[in-house]
Amino acid sequence: MTNLQIWTYALVGLSFALYFYIAYRAQAGSTSDFYVAGGGVHPIANGMATAADWMSAASFISMAGIIAFKGYDASVYLMGWTGGYVLMAMLLAPYLRKFGKFTVPEFVGDRYHSKIARIVAVICLIIISLTYVIGQMKGVGVTFSRFLGVSMEVGLVVGMIIVFFYSAFGGMKGITYTQIAQYVVLILAYTIPVAFISFNLTGNPIPQIGLGAQLTDGSNMYLLDKLDQVVTDLGFKSYTDQHDTTINIFLLTMTLMIGTAGLPHVIIRFFTVPKVADARSSAGWALIFIALLYTTAPAVGAMARLNLMQTVQTGPVGSPDGNLSIEGRPQWMKNWEPTDLIKFEDKNGDGRIQYYNDGGLGKAQSDFAAANKALADAKDKTAAQANVDKAQAALDKATAAHAATKFGGFGWKGNEMTKVDNDIMVLANPEIAKLPNWVIALVAAGGIAAALSTAAGLLLAIASAVSHDLMKGIFTPNISDKTELMASRIAITIAILLAGYMGLHPPGFAAEVVALAFGLAASSIFPVLMMGIFSKRINGIGAILGMLTGIGVTLVYIFWFKGWFFVQGTEMAANIPANWLFGISPEAFGTVGAIANFAVAILVSRVTAPPPAHIQELVESVRIPRGASSAIAH
Amino acid sequence: MNSDNASAYWAANVRLLTICLVIWFVVSFGFGILLVEPMNSIKLGGYKLGFWFAQQGSIYVFVILVFFYAWRMGQIDRKFDVHEE
Repeated sequence: MTNLQIWTYALVGLSFALYFYIAYRAQAGSTSDFYVAGGGVHPIANGMATAADWMSAASFISMAGIIAFKGYDASVYLMGWTGGYVLMAMLLAPYLRKFGKFTVPEFVGDRYHSKIARIVAVICLIIISLTYVIGQMKGVGVTFSRFLGVSMEVGLVVGMIIVFFYSAFGGMKGITYTQIAQYVVLILAYTIPVAFISFNLTGNPIPQIGLGAQLTDGSNMYLLDKLDQVVTDLGFKSYTDQHDTTINIFLLTMTLMIGTAGLPHVIIRFFTVPKVADARSSAGWALIFIALLYTTAPAVGAMARLNLMQTVQTGPVGSPDGNLSIEGRPQWMKNWEPTDLIKFEDKNGDGRIQYYNDGGLGKAQSDFAAANKALADAKDKTAAQANVDKAQAALDKATAAHAATKFGGFGWKGNEMTKVDNDIMVLANPEIAKLPNWVIALVAAGGIAAALSTAAGLLLAIASAVSHDLMKGIFTPNISDKTELMASRIAITIAILLAGYMGLHPPGFAAEVVALAFGLAASSIFPVLMMGIFSKRINGIGAILGMLTGIGVTLVYIFWFKGWFFVQGTEMAANIPANWLFGISPEAFGTVGAIANFAVAILVSRVTAPPPAHIQELVESVRIPRGASSAIAH
Repeated sequence: MNSDNASAYWAANVRLLTICLVIWFVVSFGFGILLVEPMNSIKLGGYKLGFWFAQQGSIYVFVILVFFYAWRMGQIDRKFDVHEE
């Protein structure tokens, strides 16, 4: 076993021992413990747990990589996934806390005086949470397999067992205190490597300042100016400028913001604090803890991109020895090559690697290779041959166009870094910066903590929807507290098994479902909650039709471009900007769905009878902090 | 509590959160997205200002806004005598 593996086993093992210990100490004895941790969590502690709940494997591993390759355009994720907390703190959390029940669908059912509304909300909640949790389980498996040398299946099963222990026994109480520990692990794992890297590049260890500082390489250039120069010299889009359309950036940011505010597993966190005033401040604490990572991520992205570009482009662009020689490539590249997250191919046979934007030549080359491979396997040789001919023509055209560029003049024959995965930017970052092994091991523990904490929060949201909303609320209202507690433990176990199964056999649409989760949360749950608090006039029929319209519009738009239920080949139009309505991408469409939801709910409510007097009194009472009890069952 | 006091309290809350949400919109959608190009002609150290708002500044303002709202609402709660014991 290598020194790195020993460190990884030690740090991951220690963190697991800590989670188990906490879960053992925080066993749930009642449904109130199980759903809302007894309603007695301090707002700062709740903020920290919310931050861990919120920051998933995607935030931890993938986001900085997306920023690294998209630059300014990736700001949508930074603003979108933090700005939603402003909406939550002001428009939802304090009032829902005052309402004082266990789940989001319960509020919808009571406020709109309708079991159908509650069921629609439960269905939205389960789709949103389940699609989200699949990605987390996969994240656990991937992190395990990369760092501990076990197979992804083994990693996933280990992850499932751990989540099972502290969520099924501890419920929200166990999850909350475990998440606090997980937050500490993940934030240390995220910030320590980048502090070293920032210090190396700029002499300032605070990444938020380092990103705006001058480089210490003697050039006296600002880091971001240098990065813009390096990437544009190689034909890539500039880093700090906008390239996507304004309407798309605007609507995607809005969709992520209102989607965040409408995510049920985040909202229920604010049911665990003792008072309404605590719900307000706890949202602020959550946002501080989230902002620590989210303001660091742009520095991770930019610095990793600069390091990567300069590793490959060692000298002036176009000089014969200005590129990394394959023999002299650094150890971290060799380490990561077996994972296929990074690949290179010496197309021009000069023994060096060129990494640049070849204007579509690389794609034409790989299309041509794929067509040839298909020809070898094909039964229908004529059709396959026709595809090869088409690919050959495209390749000839791209080759001619490329030869006329300055890169063609250097004797380059296409981009040779044929793959650099987003995820490598965070995972390999400490190795790229030559940091000690314990830092690398810490990143592994952090990635696992991020995935586990989010998975647990989502599983609890699913379990409480099933046991509290469907069983207790609708189908078997007479069960005792003890039976309900048992039912929620069974529900969480089934949810874990289902999520594990989906993680092992991920549906082909795994990447698309995130857009779906935010689109649905934005178009269904956020509007119905907000209107339920801010309007006394919206009635049950308005809310139900509004939710169905919002979901319907959003789903149809996503399926239109991505295939019905994500089945390939059933899409009605190619997913390209020219086909989009007003240039709005499917990921950004949730805002339009939300507007449709608001409009329908308001119109329908206006032409139908107002809600009964006791509902109007309920709205009055959630608006006023006084009289909040801890969250209770019916 | 009487309903006049309740509606005055609610109006005060709505006024405060409108102000907060205007600021929320201006720093993110305004400075970070709609006005990003003109803002980028100003520099803050090595940061172009529009870029800074989009990737750093808006997030700092969000944090301040949420705490400001919580603090100010605490005052309003007491003024209208609807605070929790």
